[in-house]
Amino acid sequence: MTALVQLTVNGQAVEVVAGTSVAAAIAHADQAFRRSLSGERRSALCGMGVCFECRVTIDGVAQQQACMLPVRTGMRVVTDG
Amino acid sequence: MAERYDVLVIGAGPAGLAAASAAAAHGARVGLVDAQPRAGGQVWRHDVQHGVPALARRHAAAALENSNVTWLPQTRVVAAEAGGLLAEDAQRARHLEYGTLILATGARELLLPFPGWTLPGVTGAGGLQALAKQGWPLAGKRVVVAGSGPLLLATAASARRHGARVLAMFEQADRGTMIRFARGLWRWPARVVQAASLRAQLAGVPYRWGSVVTAAHGDDGLREVEVEEPHGRTRVACDYLAAGYGLVPNVELARMLGCRLESEGAHAHVCVDANQRTSVSNVYAVGETCGVGGRDSALIEGAIAGLAATGTTAGMARLQRRRRHARAFATHLREHFALAPHIRALAQPETLICRCEDVPLRALDGFADAREAKLATRCGMGPCQGRICGAALAEMGRFSFGSQRPPLFPARLETLASSMTEVAEPAT
Repeated sequence: MTALVQLTVNGQAVEVVAGTSVAAAIAHADQAFRRSLSGERRSALCGMGVCFECRVTIDGVAQQQACMLPVRTGMRVVTDG
Repeated sequence: MAERYDVLVIGAGPAGLAAASAAAAHGARVGLVDAQPRAGGQVWRHDVQHGVPALARRHAAAALENSNVTWLPQTRVVAAEAGGLLAEDAQRARHLEYGTLILATGARELLLPFPGWTLPGVTGAGGLQALAKQGWPLAGKRVVVAGSGPLLLATAASARRHGARVLAMFEQADRGTMIRFARGLWRWPARVVQAASLRAQLAGVPYRWGSVVTAAHGDDGLREVEVEEPHGRTRVACDYLAAGYGLVPNVELARMLGCRLESEGAHAHVCVDANQRTSVSNVYAVGETCGVGGRDSALIEGAIAGLAATGTTAGMARLQRRRRHARAFATHLREHFALAPHIRALAQPETLICRCEDVPLRALDGFADAREAKLATRCGMGPCQGRICGAALAEMGRFSFGSQRPPLFPARLETLASSMTEVAEPAT
């Protein structure tokens, strides 16, 4: 049986398979990632920690690359999208 | 406090894993560093749904299960410092000292700007594959794959495996070139099998040659793409566009260490000798950072460096012969998937080039020098530190961001401060 992990994205509860990245969990929760300097909506681009387009706040720590971090139970993810 | 390794390997893809296991098997105490939580690099990235191929599991086990290897996941090298490297993991700064350093930093995707490329839903080709493997929901989504090279097939196959409806693959190389490429493949039978297997997995998906996605449209997200095909223009409605134009070696750390680089087309790679030694003593480089060559040459070069770093000569000549054969495949690829000139001219004056600082192409007109452009526009000064726009601008023939200043990645202040403290301590 596959283990599931519960977390919240912008306050919304979401449950994903263990090992899923925070970026993928945000997509499961159907939430936007961030706004650019000029206000454009952005989402994950490179998927491998290079572009920084998927950066979000995790448990109060800002500027985390969502594609580089696996989900943890109880994680609170906040995006500015 | 510094930790010291006989051999420190940066990057745990095929090249780094092979280097670590070869060095450890010959008695070296090895530190193996990677920014990702799991070993495997990009080509062997763990798939949440499907795991990894047996070959990847074997190589990961050979390195990580050797008691001589210390595995340092989620650790990023930030700077070079006296006697070693400054790195940080999720919790703290780490000072990594080494007898020998092996750079296995791999490659990233070449992402070229075109109108609409900043829309959510537009990703790299390898980018979408990486996201799918991380568990990104693709079931039922309409995916268009575009750009150039064999990665398009791999991405399309991955997307399909994750339940996506792959509408088409658009390859910029033209039909004649693709036929010549396929005819030359007989020299690498394993590649023929691989290509045939990918194509079989993609039965029913159109593979269009000489075709380029020239624009993506949508408001807050991708709605459709515009495609220029040999016989005219079409529009395709889709949820995702996975577009990548090949790979660029990650040479930032090598450059910071002062290793001699060489340019191949618009992009630099690290120069090495037959034993994978760079121009800096005790620093080796292996795999894609030495020029994009694929998984097979990465594995061979990793093994060569692991042996050389431990003074082992047995088996070396055979590895060097195998490397020549594997590298010849890279040349074959490069010659046939060379980018058509109009690919470099897809960006329009208003198209953003630097996605971190939102700098449009027109703002960069008139600058022939990267430093001036940076100062005037902030192009390349955001968190990706020019990795995306720098490679694109170099490919577009504008200018290239040459020098490398620390930190290599945005780092915590405590990490940087810990380095300064160490540097300030008097030598004993």
